[in-house]
Amino acid sequence: MNLPLHAQLINLFAALLLLLAFAMLTQRRIRSLINLFALQGFVLVLSTAVVAYSTDQLHLYVSAGVTLGLKVLLLPWIMHHLIRALNVRWDVETTIDIPSTMLIGIVLVIFAFNLAAPISQFAGTITKSTLGIATACILLAFLMMITRRKAVSQVIGFLAMENGLFFAATSATYGMPMVVELGIALDVLVGTLIFGVFFFHIRETFESLDIHHLEKLKER
Amino acid sequence: MNVTGGSVFQVLQSVLVVLIAPLMLGWVNQCRAWLQNKSGAGIWQPYKVLNKLFHKDVVLAHGASPLFRATPYILFGCMWLAVGIVPVLATSLPFAPAADVIALVGLFALARVFVSLAGMDVGTSFGTLGARREMMIGFLAEPAMLMTLFTASLISQSTSLVTIVETLGQRELVIYPSMAFAAVAFLMVLLAENARIPIDNPATHLELTMIHEAMILEYSARHLALIEWATSLKLTAYVAIGIAIFVPWGIAAAGDWAALPLALAALALKLLAAGAGLALLETVSAKMRIFRAPEFLGTAFLLATLGMLTHFLLER
Repeated sequence: MNLPLHAQLINLFAALLLLLAFAMLTQRRIRSLINLFALQGFVLVLSTAVVAYSTDQLHLYVSAGVTLGLKVLLLPWIMHHLIRALNVRWDVETTIDIPSTMLIGIVLVIFAFNLAAPISQFAGTITKSTLGIATACILLAFLMMITRRKAVSQVIGFLAMENGLFFAATSATYGMPMVVELGIALDVLVGTLIFGVFFFHIRETFESLDIHHLEKLKER
Repeated sequence: MNVTGGSVFQVLQSVLVVLIAPLMLGWVNQCRAWLQNKSGAGIWQPYKVLNKLFHKDVVLAHGASPLFRATPYILFGCMWLAVGIVPVLATSLPFAPAADVIALVGLFALARVFVSLAGMDVGTSFGTLGARREMMIGFLAEPAMLMTLFTASLISQSTSLVTIVETLGQRELVIYPSMAFAAVAFLMVLLAENARIPIDNPATHLELTMIHEAMILEYSARHLALIEWATSLKLTAYVAIGIAIFVPWGIAAAGDWAALPLALAALALKLLAAGAGLALLETVSAKMRIFRAPEFLGTAFLLATLGMLTHFLLER
């Protein structure tokens, strides 16, 4: 294998993203989960910057900057703030235990790699082999949303999924058009704010953030 | 490379590592003490302990079998052989073809079996308890270790550590993303196998939590000294394997006297850094319950597997 250095770097960052996705899947503490999410965002920024440098596309620098501001600084700050306001520092509860989750995660990764292999064969971009990892990150974030009971960790799963999608966009097509990217960034920000409001409502109604309670449709 | 040069290097490496292994342990303990705002016992403390233990008389339990007495020597022999095989200072040593990474893991397993048997030999409940826990940790850590080493083997197309070092360290620099996974997994296995903090506390004698200490509770004097020495050798051997796989730069070829000073300096620097890192890691993490250990080591195994998958995806 004789890839140029920037392609090697992108591959490395892709692997780190996958590693962090797994770390998030196994993390029990809510605060560490948020920090891991911020770290994942940071790796995303680095990989986007490297893609931008190697392909000489100015708008990718902008989207790396937006990612840095939004996903590394602002969103984790909002989440930490929310957690302090809600006064919740519990260990994350999962519906299935963590070793089983990891095994399912491995199966998902194999599935994603196989799914992406024929697609990336036809791709001409320098980052073609990372498409499998991006797909795996999305599926792992999905898995996290499914297996977590509490609303906060589900939202982090949702945001991590967006990270995966963003990485898929940069790796497959060197990023989406600027308008779309800004729109998504704004959506994520507003979505998190609305989720924050929802947290307070859920807690006021059920005195817990366990979304399990939402399944009951009775009037209280 | 001529045969005599290789032999001289082999002897040099084996003797050097045996002599500096307690120093490595002392350095880790000293760093831990500093990080906990204590003054610490000094980096020479393990030597003083060994000296003290060698001057005491052996007390043997009634009914201790020859196995019990032979185990310290077997353990020490296994670990010494292990540090002879791992390219610590130089590659292509005369011992190196004797064992590839799989045999090396087998060598550690052999030592573990004997320590566990000796722990059960005297028949105290602590020894049995420790032996069972050790075997549990061992059977979880071994596959993770093998998978980690296989990731490196896949890259260099060989299970021999020498070839791995030569592929990774002495050619042009290539970034292998799969090694990121392997490194994390290897670190977790290193902590578990050497009875370091998330799994076992090397400083504790609390009945409920000890694993390694429980097995060797019945040993005294020169037997205990050999076991302690072998423990520090094992730590050094694992760190050396980690260095050989993940940061192999600076390891000399056998018989190459010109590269020796550089290799020595690189080794000292890497061991210092590894010891400080280990101490930091142990300070910031808390010991986990024994029933969390399968989860910890399962994670290590899965990460190593992921490393292999990533290798097939990204590096072929």
